[in-house]
Amino acid sequence: MSELKTLEQQIISAIEQADNLKSLEDVRVSALGKKGSISALMQGLGKMPPEERKSFGQAVNSVKQAVTSTLEDRKQSLERAALDERLETEREDVTLPVRQAAANAGRIHPVSQVWEEVTEVFADLGFTMAEGPHIETDENNFTKLNIPEEHPARQEHDTFYFNRKDDGSRRVLRTHTSPVQIRAMERSKPPLRIIAPGRVFRCDSDQTHTPMFHQIEGLVIDESTHMGHLKWVLEEFCKTFFEVDDVTMRFRASHFPFTEPSAEVDIGYSKVGDEIRFGGDENWMEILGCGMVHPNVLKNVGLDPEVYQGFAFGIGIDRLATLKYGMPDLRPFFTGDLKWLRHYGFSVLNVPTIAGGL
Amino acid sequence: MKFTLSWLKDHLETDATLDDILAKLTLIGLEVEEVINPADDLSKFVIARIEKTDKHPDADKLKVCTVNNGSEQLQVVCGAPNAKEGLVGVFAPIGTYVPGIDFTLTKAKIRGVESFGMMCSESELQLSDEHDGIIELAADAGDHIGDTYVSYAGLDDPVIDIYITPNRPDCLGVRGVARDLAAAGLGTLRDEDCGYDGKGDYKSPVNIGLDFPKDQAHICPAFWGRYIKGVKNGPSPAWLQQRLKAIGLRPINALVDITNYISFDRGRPLHVYDADKLSGDVEARLGTDKDQFLALDGKEYGKANGELQGTCLIADEKNALGLGGILGGEDSGSTDTTKNVLIESAYFDPIQIAVTGRKLAIISDSRYRFERGIDPQSVECGVNLATKMILDLCGGSPSEIIKAGTPPDGTKEIPFDPQRVTRLTGVALTDKDVTKTLNDLGFKVSGKGDKVKVTAPSWRPDIDGPADLVEEVIRIVGLDKVKPTPLERPFGIARPVLTEKQKRVRLARRVLAARGGVEAVTYSFIKQDEARLFGGGAPELQLANPMSADLATMRPSLLPGLLMAASRNIAKSSDDPALHEVGEVYHTDDDNGQAVNATMIRVATAKPSGAGRHWQGAAKPVTLYDAKADAIALLEAFGLTEAKLQITADAPAWYHPGRSGVLRLGPKITLGTFGELHPAVLKQLDLKGPIVAAEIDIDAIPEPKNKSNTRSAMEVTDLQPVTRDFAFIVDISVKAGDLVRAASGADKKLITDVIVFDHFEGESLGEGKKSLAIAATLQPKTQTMTDEEIDAVASKIIAAVKKSTGGEIRS
Repeated sequence: MSELKTLEQQIISAIEQADNLKSLEDVRVSALGKKGSISALMQGLGKMPPEERKSFGQAVNSVKQAVTSTLEDRKQSLERAALDERLETEREDVTLPVRQAAANAGRIHPVSQVWEEVTEVFADLGFTMAEGPHIETDENNFTKLNIPEEHPARQEHDTFYFNRKDDGSRRVLRTHTSPVQIRAMERSKPPLRIIAPGRVFRCDSDQTHTPMFHQIEGLVIDESTHMGHLKWVLEEFCKTFFEVDDVTMRFRASHFPFTEPSAEVDIGYSKVGDEIRFGGDENWMEILGCGMVHPNVLKNVGLDPEVYQGFAFGIGIDRLATLKYGMPDLRPFFTGDLKWLRHYGFSVLNVPTIAGGL
Repeated sequence: MKFTLSWLKDHLETDATLDDILAKLTLIGLEVEEVINPADDLSKFVIARIEKTDKHPDADKLKVCTVNNGSEQLQVVCGAPNAKEGLVGVFAPIGTYVPGIDFTLTKAKIRGVESFGMMCSESELQLSDEHDGIIELAADAGDHIGDTYVSYAGLDDPVIDIYITPNRPDCLGVRGVARDLAAAGLGTLRDEDCGYDGKGDYKSPVNIGLDFPKDQAHICPAFWGRYIKGVKNGPSPAWLQQRLKAIGLRPINALVDITNYISFDRGRPLHVYDADKLSGDVEARLGTDKDQFLALDGKEYGKANGELQGTCLIADEKNALGLGGILGGEDSGSTDTTKNVLIESAYFDPIQIAVTGRKLAIISDSRYRFERGIDPQSVECGVNLATKMILDLCGGSPSEIIKAGTPPDGTKEIPFDPQRVTRLTGVALTDKDVTKTLNDLGFKVSGKGDKVKVTAPSWRPDIDGPADLVEEVIRIVGLDKVKPTPLERPFGIARPVLTEKQKRVRLARRVLAARGGVEAVTYSFIKQDEARLFGGGAPELQLANPMSADLATMRPSLLPGLLMAASRNIAKSSDDPALHEVGEVYHTDDDNGQAVNATMIRVATAKPSGAGRHWQGAAKPVTLYDAKADAIALLEAFGLTEAKLQITADAPAWYHPGRSGVLRLGPKITLGTFGELHPAVLKQLDLKGPIVAAEIDIDAIPEPKNKSNTRSAMEVTDLQPVTRDFAFIVDISVKAGDLVRAASGADKKLITDVIVFDHFEGESLGEGKKSLAIAATLQPKTQTMTDEEIDAVASKIIAAVKKSTGGEIRS
């Protein structure tokens, strides 16, 4: 039996000395292969007397098991070493930059973003979105809004005109979103709650004026809405839009031909360095014009001003964007400058919601 | 509209501070634009007397003066020729900023002699251009040595500039502003003084007439005046000059200054003629094509054919004198030697004035007031105010008043329910509050309850109906009294409000941005040439008065704007841009001629996977398939799948003819186009290719038919799908889309997907041939397919493809 023990030790020693899978395989074949030393012993079992066979068989089997198990362990350890060696040669520079995902490279223009923000607020108050063409009739842009032909207010609008037609009429580029009021009131009967965002055009250009800009018109018509409601709506809007708990607003009497009474609205702010902080009454900045819809406008769309009343307001979308996001100048809004758009634009995934904040 | 605080106080008795006045002006609708106190710059200048002058030891023209500033005697070197003992003038001590020389005084040695300040000229204080000598004040100034000069001279008078909305001509005179402030509780309006109240000494030697056709009599319903003989014209007194200068007017002579003063004081424009330059009587009449005159602005009017025809002209028996209410004539105006004058106080129709003023492009203070509507009842007061001031300042003897025509009444009676104020503003006011406010503004109120009659004063042409009265009351009572009142919510939780199109517009810009596009907003108007290149430029879409040739024609497509933006970015050497815009394009000038497009351009290597160089491999040039992918991404976001579309190769002329396509839904609906832009078009725009574009017409996308939220039931099976590959040899003209459609249609139940996995053209296939390899996925529904069944479907596919395209299976 000690021979067996010796054989086992020899084989195990050989296994442990094998330093690669090939020599390990050689050891396996020499021990467990068809002509291997252990296989030879197993084959010799048949010639033994039965009483010896059992005990010798058990002993040989035990040797075989020990050898097999050691072989397996050694194989795994050699494989692991080989893998480690291979992986060691596979080191990459993890600091090399990857390409930016398209969804992160894209941008939404501030005007579009603010447009959606404003829509979100007013949608919550039940305002639907109305639209109208940019190329308007003189009638809708002026006359029906109570701005008669020769009134100085018409001259103050810096209107872009198209050429006169044979019948003497001429179209204009709408100078404000107010003609959408006319269209909305002609289309549906009160009660009405609409906002109408869109492009408007005036013949004017400097740091705070571009010949094209964006306005949002608001209109509420029913039988009882008054200036108190107007004030509340605008205050709620400013708080939600500018994401401040408290705003100070100042309503100043003013004049628009299509509202009566009319007001301009200022919002209070203070300046800390370059930053504008809303609240307080240190400084005022004008943000919108509003008023109660003029009885003549109601009459012009066939509504009885003795029955119906309501308010209208107009806000500059681009101006709201500059105030909220701190752009110093309006002119780059429409030049398509990549640097500006990437800096001031919004991520495609940043969809304004009331739940998530505007 | 500018005025000074002291001027305001001529009409308003008030203890209110300047700040209170400014705040109130702004709140009641007279927005303060600027306030400047000229005294702020001059507060350190004091009145001082030169007690003694000595010769400067080293300079003949300089004097060494001893100046008494009220508290001490100072040595001051002075070069003015009029510096002399006893002169009382204006002294600037060391540390004073002298605006006229833009310099802050320091102790200085002038030619070796120390000087502790400066005796000043008017130009050094920026009071006038006078710089030949130092200021010599009147004798009474000697009692004010040491006082600040601005308080002595009355310069401490803030100039207030307010914006007057077009509806308030009454506030184009200081008195109107004062009336508003008094009504708003800031003091009491002083009684109105209408000047001369005598009858006149004689009958005017010049008569005034009105000569208009009956139907145009409204153009000038009243022209009154007075003759004053024996006046002495010349510079107006200092107080008058000072007021005019403070509001930016140049004093001319007493007669002209008087009319300007009354224009700003009362909002009442007037004119004064040198009566000796008139030929016979004067009348207002319609201009003819023969009239012409040299105006006070130095321009000849009437030379251009018919320029004055139909205008309201003032003329004597020989000549046109001026444009009534707009501009007077040079030849009949007053000068320093004028002896006898005719005052004109008239009423002109606002519309007539506006039309003429605009036609002739004349801007004047008079036009500005008349076209907004002056108080028609001020005609008589205007004559008398001017008479009194002329008599006071220039002497002379007045004639009886001359009256041609009758001014319109100008008042208006409006039935009014005072509670309408509450109904429109939400502010609870009693009838009494309403009546008081209206009275304070000059309105008369009669009657009681909900049927009172309000008479608007003649100076308020803007007041038309009850809503105007509500505005008057609330702006004076204060808009701050309006309490925010919650608007009733139509629903507990807000309902969706966007239309399908509005949702698509929002979606489109985010789909394209998610594909790497940077959203631009470009101008709706572009160059005419650019419009024409992209199928636009119709005459009805060209602006009559563009800002510039670059912004002249309404865009037919978003491409020109985006391409020009790309061009500017390339010039700034930015990386390759992918730009998109979702916005309006214009096909005609009527309501239906406007559509919303979603358009994306990719320049050079601006691939969805990134542009330019990269260590993993530089981006390849963009191809039409990048643009097609953009277009399909949009359409899929709108619920359309590529399988439903027809794609044809007949894109418009601005595309590469072989590398572009049109997306259609059925024969009638064109959804959009995609492809590489035509090299010739790019060349005209000075751009280098390749640039690819996708344009989708959002208005063309049909509304979804099924608006239900429920999805169709999903077919569930555990059976393995089978995929079979086929390679076909087809003519090079065969479209892959047609081949895929034929294969898919071979067994619509079993074939769930067909993809193209290889597209190959090569000589080995024979001339005019190409190979298209497809993989068809078969999804059995009830039991696993046998080889025979699979072969049968494969045969059907091969047959269908052959029938549809003539393609042969590649062996």
